[in-house]
Formats: sequence, structure tokens, C-alpha cells
Amino acid sequence: MTPRVRRHTAASGKRRGNGNGSGRRPLAKAPTGIAGLDEITNGGLPRDRPTLVCGGAGCGKTLLALEFLVRGALEYDEPGVFLSFEETPEELVTNARSLGFDLERLSARRRLLLDYVRLERAELTEAGEYDLEGLFVRLGHAIDTIGAKRVVLDTIERLFSGLSDNFLLRAELDRLFRWLKAKRVTAIVTGERDGERLTRHGLEEYVSDCVILLDQRVLEQSATRRLRILKYRGSAHGGNEMPFLIDDHGVSVLPITSLGLTHQVSTAHVATGVAGLDGMFGKKGYFRGNSVLVSGTAGTGKSSLAAHFAEAACRRGERCLYFAFEESASQITRNMRSIGIDLEPWLRRDLLRIHAQRPTALGLEAHLVAMHRLIEEWQPRVVVVDPVTNMIAVGSEIEVKAMLARLIDFMKLRQITALFTSLTEGGGAAERTDLGVSSLMDVWMVVGNLETNGERNRTLQIVKARGMAHSNQVREFVMNDGGIALVDVSRRADGSVAIGSARSAQQLDVRGGGRQPRRQRGSK
Amino acid sequence: MKNGARRTWRLRLYVAGQTPKSITALANLKRLCEAHLAGQYHIEVVDLVRQPHLARRDDIVVLPTLVRQLPQPIRKIIGDLSNVERVLVGLDVVSHDDPE
Repeated sequence: MTPRVRRHTAASGKRRGNGNGSGRRPLAKAPTGIAGLDEITNGGLPRDRPTLVCGGAGCGKTLLALEFLVRGALEYDEPGVFLSFEETPEELVTNARSLGFDLERLSARRRLLLDYVRLERAELTEAGEYDLEGLFVRLGHAIDTIGAKRVVLDTIERLFSGLSDNFLLRAELDRLFRWLKAKRVTAIVTGERDGERLTRHGLEEYVSDCVILLDQRVLEQSATRRLRILKYRGSAHGGNEMPFLIDDHGVSVLPITSLGLTHQVSTAHVATGVAGLDGMFGKKGYFRGNSVLVSGTAGTGKSSLAAHFAEAACRRGERCLYFAFEESASQITRNMRSIGIDLEPWLRRDLLRIHAQRPTALGLEAHLVAMHRLIEEWQPRVVVVDPVTNMIAVGSEIEVKAMLARLIDFMKLRQITALFTSLTEGGGAAERTDLGVSSLMDVWMVVGNLETNGERNRTLQIVKARGMAHSNQVREFVMNDGGIALVDVSRRADGSVAIGSARSAQQLDVRGGGRQPRRQRGSK
Repeated sequence: MKNGARRTWRLRLYVAGQTPKSITALANLKRLCEAHLAGQYHIEVVDLVRQPHLARRDDIVVLPTLVRQLPQPIRKIIGDLSNVERVLVGLDVVSHDDPE
């Protein structure tokens, strides 16, 4: 999904061993290959060390651990051993198939070794002192057999239910973790969460480098998964909870990119698609990579502005991806044709793709992942999200804002110019957006209907445009079968702006040298 | 001894090298077999240091592990076998020692 990023991290992962001697050595990392996880851990899990992944039943720890091995084997040339204490190899093969992984094939190619430890207290008689040397021999042999660089123990805590000597088990676990480090394998050890405790038997005491907590909860009828890095020694990490998702592509942790505010900015311009509108931004339009918000009440022309923008991109030969959360693709093309914007040829030439989906069809994370994926796969230069407000239907305001921030970061990194429409409730202040997302945007335009003297006229104003000289005027625009056109500003003698019929009258008045203003009233 | 047939006890002891626990376990096993199963037992010692692949094949985690191969069903006893009572129960030897 993100080959460029992966190759990069793979290369940096191979650099271990360098940089010795000169002061502090950064912790070497092994990329997991799991979408998003390497970004939030700045490169992956601590190399040659164990990481604890804990969480309640069904939180996804086994699948995350499996993907860590599969990606390691496929993408980083690091074979892996999966030592399971819970699921049989057959069960693992079946479960992995739902993520699109073929464990049998990997096993046949000796890139993966699945081993299952069955330990039932009822089937064992304890008669004297023992230790876990058998486990060490078994794991050591498995590692040596395929030259494994990665190991998963899922979950080693089952030993405690199979054996009675807790004191011995603790000493042996301590020995096991030190042995894993000595073996120079990057390991994931899973543990089951138990109430307030991270793991039932305190595995966190043995793992000092990295602890990841997974969590699944049900919010407003939809299950959401969260991942949090509780501890990562010697490495900066975001302590925030990150949503993650398990689907037929495996595990995806959001943000898929977390570039923060370090992206390159462009000074190239992108036309708005509305001739007069470019002029309001100093004749040239938006900056490439800008995020543009168009907000307004229902029927104010937001989608039309978006369609103009999309069409202009296609005319330049650029790909435009249009996410429609309200209307179907055919509805959009029909409606836009009525105002003279023909999107059909661009759809046919595959310069425009309309991805229509009801927001409620998926959870918020799933939406974001789907959008990331489509953008990643098709690499558009321009993206339209119409309307972004419908996302509210599937998440709380804070979640939606966080999701948008991630999406915007992601697109900025790729210098994608994005236009979002936002539906404002009638009656509210013009500047009010339902999402409070305007702070994320570079450009914010408000469109509205101004009702005066018995007529409704369309207005447009630029509330903000970062880094650009822009007009402060409230402009009138008309929408007819030629699309949207801004109307020339017409001032009255007192300096106020005349709109609608008043403007028509005013213009005629100016042209006509001040005569016959009354007769023109009511004309277009 | 029912039917006059001599039961054979096939026992396999898994160890890893000559550790104190391995040595103790084997000594305990021999003594116990002589006392309770004289002439009817066969002991095989599997050293996982030499044959590590057998740990996976026979699902061994804990050492020492004693496996009763015969008579069926298979039974597993772990530890250095210093608790004779428990070994006898685990091997199900006691009942066969009954003078009936």
C-alpha cells in the first residue's frame, strides 16, 4: 500500500550497527510493515528486543503479531517463528487468510514456522522440580531451522494456567526474555489484559523497551479499535490513542502518516475553476497542496464550486478524486450538466473518479483508511470531499476533526490540493462551521444566500487564505447553464456594494449616466 | 498379573544434557521402576540437546518430562520425579500392583 515508505524504512532498518562510538546511539528498529505503525513508532519495534502487545480478548493482538511476521518475511527478508499457546496452526492459517495472508505458503517456503504448545494442567502430573528448558530448546531449534529474525509468543501467559509453580515460572520468564535478546531476534510477546492490570501475570515487568496496548470498545453501536504506545524506551512516541482497523488488507493504524507540520509548501498555483474567483486570490487561485473549505447552507452552490474545481483539474490533465457522501456519481454528473459543467468526458478518460458512499456505510476509521487507500493507489493531484459534514453521522466532533487533520496532513505530504464542502445549519453565523474544522484549512470560503428586497442572491466571501493576498469583498455570483460566474462589483455612490437587481440597476445606471434606474428594476 | 501376560511399560524420559535435574530424574525413575515394575519396563532417554527437533514433535516444553508410551493412553509427568507417590499415581502403577 505504501511501497515508498516501506522501502525507506527497510533501508534504514538495515543500518543497524553503524554510528557506534559517537555519543548516543539511537535505538535500532525493525519495521513492522504494518500500515501506520512504523510511522507512529518512528520506524518500527526495538530491533533484537521483545515488545509486549497487550489487550483484552478479541482486541487483535494475535493478528497484529501475525502480520508483523508475515510482513517481515515478505518485505524485509526476516523469517519468523510463531509460537502459539492458544490457537492451533490450522486456526492461525484460517484467521490469517481473512487478512489476505497465506501462512501455508510461507511455511512451505521456510519463511515462517508455526508451532503450537499445548499445555493442560489436567493432563500433566507434577512430581518434583522442573524448568522450561524444553521451551528454550524448542524455540531455539525453530529459530535456527529457518534463520528467524522475528519471534512471536502468543500468549506465553498460558504457562501459568498449565503449570503450578508460579515462582519458578517468573524466574524462567525472566531468563526467556534475556535469552531472546541474546538470540538477537525482534520479538512480540502478547499478554491478556486483566481489569486494571496490563497483563494477568505482569509480563510488563519483563519487557522494558516497548509496550503497546490494544483496546476495542463499542461507541455508538460501532466497534472501534484503539492502539496506544504506553512505553517506548529511547524513542519519541505519541502517547495518544490511535484508531486502528483490521480488514482484508491486514492491520492499519491511523494516522497512516503523522508528518506533523513539516511538509514542504508550494508556491505554485491551482486554478479554482471559476474565472472571477481566481482574481480574488490575486488572479491565480489556490496554492498547490492547499486545503480549501467551502461552507454554506443548503443550496448555496458548494457542490457546484467543487465541480468547477474538479473540472478545471481534469482540463489541466490532472487526476481528480471526488468523494461524494451525499449523491451518487450519476446524480452529480446530471446535476452539474444542468449548470453547464460536463464531467462525463473526464470520467470516460479516467481523469475523474467519483467515489460515492454513504458515510454510515462504514465507521470513521474505515472511511479514512478507504480514502487513504484510494488516494495512495490512484495518486490524484486534486481531491474533493463533498460534503465533509456528513462524516459527523459516523463520529463525534472531536473524532471527525482528528480524522480530518490526518487526512489533510496525508494529502499535504503529497502536494494534493483538496477541497472540502461543509454544510452549515441555517440561521447560524456565516463563519460558523459545524465541525470547527476551519482552523485546519488554508483557505476558507463562505457561500450564502442574501435575502433582500424580495429576492435571494448568491454571495461568496473569502474568510481566510493563508499566505495569499485576497479580496475582502463579499462578492455576488450567479449560477446558470454556463456554471458559476462572479459578478463584477458594483458600488453605490456611498461606497456600499450593490447586489442582485440593485446591482443590475446600478450598472445600468453607471453606464447610462445616471438615468432610468427605476425601469430596469426586476430584470436579471 | 491378569491372563498371565506380562505388561510392558514403555517409558520415555526427556532431558536436556546432563543437568542435576536430569541426573536426579533418571536415578529416581530407575529406582522406582525396579521397585514397582521389575522386569516389565523399558526406559528410553531422549536428550533434546542432541535431538532438538523432538521437542516440537513430541510437544515438550517442561524438562524433565516423563512420557508413558505404553500402556495406552499416553501420560505425562513432569519434574525430577522426586515425589514418588505422585509419579506412581501419574503412571497409574499403583492399581496394577494390587495383589488381586
